[in-house]
This record gives sequence, structure tokens and C-alpha cells, in this order.
Amino acid sequence: MNFFKLSPRDALLMVVFAAVVLLAPIWMKPFGAAYPDLLQKFAIFGLFAIGFNILFGLTGYLSFGHAAFLGIGSYTTVWTFKLLSMNPIPAVIFGTLVAGLFAVLIGFVSLRRTGIYFSILTLAFAQMCYNLAYSVLTPITNGETGLRVLRDDPMLLDKALGVVQEGSPIGSFFGINMRGYPAFYFCAVILIIGFFISLRIFRSPFGLKLRAIKSNQNRMRYTGFNTRPYLLWAFVISGMYAGMAGSMLAVTDPLAGAERMQWTASGEVVLMTILGGVGTLIGPMLGAVLIKYFENIFSAFNESALHDMFSFLPSWLETVMVTVVHPFVGEGWHLTLGSLFMVIVIFLPGGLVEGATRLFKRRKSDGVTNKNSGSEN
Amino acid sequence: MSKKVSQPNGWTRRSVLKTGLGTAAMAGAPMFFVRNAHAFTNDPSSGSTVTLGFNVPQTGAYADEGADELRAYQLAVKHLNGEGDGGMMNTMQPSSLKGNGILGKKVEYVTGDTQTKSDAARASAKRMIEKDGAIMITGGSSSGVAVAVQSLCQEAGVIFMAGLTHSNDTTGKDRRKYGFRHFFNTEMSGAALGPVLESSFGNDRTAYHLTADYTWGWSQEGSIKKYTEALGWKTNAAVRTPLGAGDFSQYITPVLNSGADVLVLNHYGKDMVNSLTQAVQFGLRDKQVNGKDFQIVVPLFSRLMAQGAGENIKGIYGSTNWNWSLTDEGSQAFVKSFGAEYGFPPSQAAHTCYVQTLLYANAIEAAGTFNPCGVIEVLEGFKFDGMGNGATEYRAEDHQCFKDVLVVQGNESPSSQFDLLKIVEVTPRAKVEYSPTMEGYAGDLGECVA
Repeated sequence: MNFFKLSPRDALLMVVFAAVVLLAPIWMKPFGAAYPDLLQKFAIFGLFAIGFNILFGLTGYLSFGHAAFLGIGSYTTVWTFKLLSMNPIPAVIFGTLVAGLFAVLIGFVSLRRTGIYFSILTLAFAQMCYNLAYSVLTPITNGETGLRVLRDDPMLLDKALGVVQEGSPIGSFFGINMRGYPAFYFCAVILIIGFFISLRIFRSPFGLKLRAIKSNQNRMRYTGFNTRPYLLWAFVISGMYAGMAGSMLAVTDPLAGAERMQWTASGEVVLMTILGGVGTLIGPMLGAVLIKYFENIFSAFNESALHDMFSFLPSWLETVMVTVVHPFVGEGWHLTLGSLFMVIVIFLPGGLVEGATRLFKRRKSDGVTNKNSGSEN
Repeated sequence: MSKKVSQPNGWTRRSVLKTGLGTAAMAGAPMFFVRNAHAFTNDPSSGSTVTLGFNVPQTGAYADEGADELRAYQLAVKHLNGEGDGGMMNTMQPSSLKGNGILGKKVEYVTGDTQTKSDAARASAKRMIEKDGAIMITGGSSSGVAVAVQSLCQEAGVIFMAGLTHSNDTTGKDRRKYGFRHFFNTEMSGAALGPVLESSFGNDRTAYHLTADYTWGWSQEGSIKKYTEALGWKTNAAVRTPLGAGDFSQYITPVLNSGADVLVLNHYGKDMVNSLTQAVQFGLRDKQVNGKDFQIVVPLFSRLMAQGAGENIKGIYGSTNWNWSLTDEGSQAFVKSFGAEYGFPPSQAAHTCYVQTLLYANAIEAAGTFNPCGVIEVLEGFKFDGMGNGATEYRAEDHQCFKDVLVVQGNESPSSQFDLLKIVEVTPRAKVEYSPTMEGYAGDLGECVA
């Protein structure tokens, strides 16, 4: 099948990507991030950002409402758990499909406008979903408390097959409980598949058309292309990615809350994509990892941890250092993230990927000898 | 571009995946063994320290409570490690605490921000369990969060000592074997407030509820309705408001012309400060409806909120778990050492969190093991005194503490900036007790597996 044939360069990229993702529990150790929950978040939000990038990176349409699909995926997944089975496969499939369905509806309306108007429309839809989930739809979403799987839920498929679970319900992949490292590998495999599909889209004629829309939609129309179906497809595909990510959030932790759909969550994925590099293959993933790392690791530094960190210094200097650093960690982690974001947008508009490329180019011009071995990356 | 066939190194998706999965299995294998080697989650026996996880709201509508909780935890850790004046460790009865850590191991702690969101709270609890090796999680200032984190702890096999959570569900239909609550609940608030409201406002009243739209708000609205309607009051309307709304004017305007003569604010934290302030600004308290003075009731009160609401709080009734002005030995000892450390008296949130930490440590000492199943056994049915609430019991059936409940009123003439609540009545434990299998309250604890 042609679909699975990659150029050697892309194949290498795939292999490196897969290896990096799957070996994350080992190489993340020195960074203090090698624990299942955070690794799961890396994979899930990586997938979310990769999907978002198909829309934003390729077509240039900035959606400010992608969190809606994340939430829809989560809610659908939890309902699939409740009604059918704790197996994550049907849950992820339904989550993705239902999010896709909503993406068709929202996309169909929003894509009639471009630029800022498109952004505002998607934002409005997402905010609508959030408020509905919060208030009117409380019987379906359980409002602020969040939708949970309970032991006395029907789970028809599981009952029919005689699958019984001890204790509180948790996603179960044919007997493997979806928590800890098994759950991470489940997410990781889906992430790798998602990355592969995104790679194929980037290299396909379809992807080329999307890029053409970004560079000049009018010219494309004049040549006889109807751009709207392509845009809608891009929107739906990225919505399905978001739905899948939302699904996996619910698989690793069977709980769906409305705050997942808040505009801040939509903004977060925009930040991730820009931070990593818009329109690059690997950038959004890097951005997602960076933001989640900050959120989970930096926010946990409290004053006593800082004192430990600087304990090698003389005590007066230690106090000074702690006072200086303290506003930037713990509750102040947003401050660090904000400054980092500003620095990157100002000096590296192409995100981290641009930074890496620049570094690499400089090295290449310095040393002529290893020209060939490096160009593969 | 990708049509190059017959490349010797042309990777197919299949071989990529195969290699990938192979590597994954190799990388993952050792970790499963490590995980299974433990008899229970995060056994600290081999180390010289024991880590507790303090999961409190540092941002959002309940951030003030969270900050005070964290102060109390830090104080508790100090006292457990034998630093400071020992606080309530000296007044607790019975006590197995020695002031040399827990079972001789120095107590350390890690913190996390719940953001008053279930997702974030579970993520930070998971971090503390999976990465930092916390053996117990405690804290929180929202019942939604408490319920979510409690069930997570049950799954992880880690004990959860609930912080400030007031919804019936926490030890009601969402009770868990690994979860314990010292704080009182809305059922107790209702039972204690009922008689006081009757004697102050009479039996012919019409109430209008504004309710925070999540498990705690629903629970409190239900309890207050139950007990006021038993007095003969009518309920005009119950309107749900989103948590952290900030501006409540659109909800308060309709109250004016609704025909109700009592407004019940089922709000907490900054929400309550905002809604009460706005209700007062709209002139509700100066109004006359049905020939009676309009009244406002805030069923769950705390000094921190009273401080935020300032003048508006004067004369308003509510209930509270604990207040720093209590004169028993335990409360005095706690207020003294908290005051010495931070320069102001503790809130009820701080009190419950401090007590929970000490109770947990004490249960370990008494059980002689860190194993959660042993600790649970000690805590179930544990009777104690000298912790500020008089004689208290951890009921075994639902892990809820039973003790006297304080009915308070905003102080008309405070003697200091902290002397904001006046204790109107101490409702004895017997009056607020209820059956653990009461309708709408029954739940299933589940099992301890270790």
C-alpha cells in the first residue's frame, strides 16, 4: 500500500519520533518528569496540538474553540464507558467520531468567515458548549462536579461479555488497566499513529492545497478551486484529533469536567502550537510538552523546595535567591511561561523549531566536515 | 516524493511499529516489577522520611482558604517533627504522637494547586503520588474537588484526609474507604441552623436560594430547604449560579420583586463575599417584605469570608465548623502557636486541615504501620477530644466526624479586625446526628486492598 510508504527521510523521522516517545520514561528521568500521569499528558496534549496544527499550521485559520472538541470527546468517552464497556477502543472511536460530527456543524458555519471573524465564531461556539455543559445540560454532563463512571452503570457490552471489574471502574484494554505506564503506552501508540497521519497529510496533495489556501486563497479560487470543502475537511480532521485527545484524557482518568472546554484550554493549544512552531511537523508536540512540563513541575516548587535547591549557598545569599526566584515558580509559573512566550514570539517567530534550525545551521557553517551526517535531521 | 520503492532502508509503518513496541516493552518491563514489589503504594519503610501531599487551591475563588490551609499544614509538619510549641499535640486525647516525626521518620511534604478544578486537582494529586511518593493526600476547599480526588486516592490506594468540604456527598453517596472527613456537612448545618432561624425569624417566611452550581451548593440547598420547610417556611425559588461568577447582580435583581423575605446564599469563598456585598448594596437588608424585615442567611460561614465582606456581615446567621474565639484548651493552644507563627488567628479551613494531619499521624503511630489498611482500621470509630470541637468521633460506617456544631452571627461590634463571628449557639452532637443509610445519603465505601 502506497499510504504506508515513506521517503527514507520521513521514515527516519518516524522512527526517531517513535523511539523518543516510547523511551520517554527513561530519558525524562533527569528532568523529573518521568511519571505516568505527566507522560500521559505529554502524549495527549501533543496529539491535540498536532491536530490543531493541521488546521492552523496548514490553512492559517486560527480556531479559538478547539477545546470544545476536547470536551465533547471526553464526555462521549465517559458515556461510552457508562453505557457500553470500559474497553478504551470503542470509547476512543466514539469520542473521535462525535467530535468530528460537531466539527462538521461548527466548521460549516464558522468557515464562512476568515481571519478574526472565524476565530471569534469558533470561540463563541466553544463558549456556548462550555456554558451548556455547565448549566443546561447538567443531566448529561453533571455540571461542575464532572461526569464520572459509577459502578452501577449499565455497561451493556461488558455485562454481555461477562467482564467484571473489581473496585472503582477504570478503563481496561482487554484486561490491562488503563492507569500508570500501560495507559501511557496506549496514549503513546495513538500519538505515534496520529503523528504518522499528520505526516502523510503534510506530504500529500491535500496538504499542499491547504498550504495554498494559507498563502493566497483568492488566487486559488480564481484558478477554479472550491476551497471550502478542503477547509472543512481540515477543520473536521483537526476537530477529530482534539476529540481523540479528549477521549484519551477520559480513558486515563474516567472523569469529564466542563472546565476542559473553557476558553483558556482553547488558548492553551494555540500557545502550544506557536511556542513549538506553527506549520512544522514536530513543533506543536514540543510546545505541548514544554507547557505541560511547566504546569506540572514548575507549579510544584514551593518555598521549602527552593531552599533545598539553593542550600549550597551561604544563608544570606540563599534567602536572596529564594526571594528572587519564588515569584516565578509555584503559583507564579504562569509568569515564567508568559515571559518565555514573549521571548520566543519576539526573537523566534517560528517557535522552538526555528530556534533549533538556526542553531543547527550555525553549527553546520562552523564545521564543514560532518555536513552529510547532519542533513538527515 | 514518497514513491521511492525498493529502497533498502525504506521503512514501512509495520516495521516502525514493531520496532517501537519492542522498545516499549523493554523500557516498560522493569517499571512494572518495581510497582508490584511494593505491598502498598509508596511504602516509606525503607527511607528515613515520610512524604505527605498537600493539595490546596492556590488560585481561583477559594484561594484564600487554600493559602490558610497550607499555613496550617506547614505548622502541623513542624509540630509532628518536634519543632515549635507542639500546638494541639499537647491537648489531643488520646494521643500516640511522640514529636519525632511519624514512626520515627521525619515528615516532609509536597504541595500542589487544585485550582478548584477537578481535572487540575486530580493531576496534581497524581503527580504527588506517582512522582513525589506521597503516602497521604490531604486538602482542598471544594467538595467537587474532594469527591474527585477521594475516588482517585481510592484507586491509587492512598489515604485521603479531606480538607474543607461541606457537601453531604463526600461522606454520603461518594464516600470511600480511603477517604476521611473531619469537617461537618450541610445536613448538620441545616439541623443546627433550623431552630435558630425559627427563634429569630419565626415560622412564616419565604426563602429565595442562590446556589453555587456544583455538588456542595446542591447539597446545601437541599439541606436548608429540608430544615426550613420543616419549620413551615416556603421556598420561593432556587437559582443556580456558576462557581466563581464574580458578578452576581443579575441574580440578585430578581430577588427584590420575588416576594421572598429571606435570601439564602449557598455560596462560599470569594463568591460569597461578592454575592453578599452586592445583595447589601442593592439594599436588600433595608427592605420590608410581607410586613417583615428582609433577612439574609449564609449557611456556611468562615472568618476569612467575614473579613472579605467587611461591614456587610454584621448580624447575619450561619454555621461554622470551628472559630478561633473558642476558649477550650485545644483551640487556645492552636490559636497561640498559629498566631506566633503567622501573626493572625487561623480560619476554620486551617483548623480542620491541621487536625486532619495530626489525626492521620496519630493513627499511624497507633497502628504501628504505614499500611493504609491498618491506618483505616484505627481511624474508623476513633474517638478523640482536645482538638477544639469537644468530644468527636470518626463514624466507622461513613468516615464522617461527629461533633458539636457552631451557629454563628456576624459580630455587630467587633473588638478587633479578627473578632468577626459571634457564637450564638453550640448545637450538641446528638441533635445533628443522622443515620449513615439515610435516603439520598447512603453510599458504598468499597474495600481496602493492600
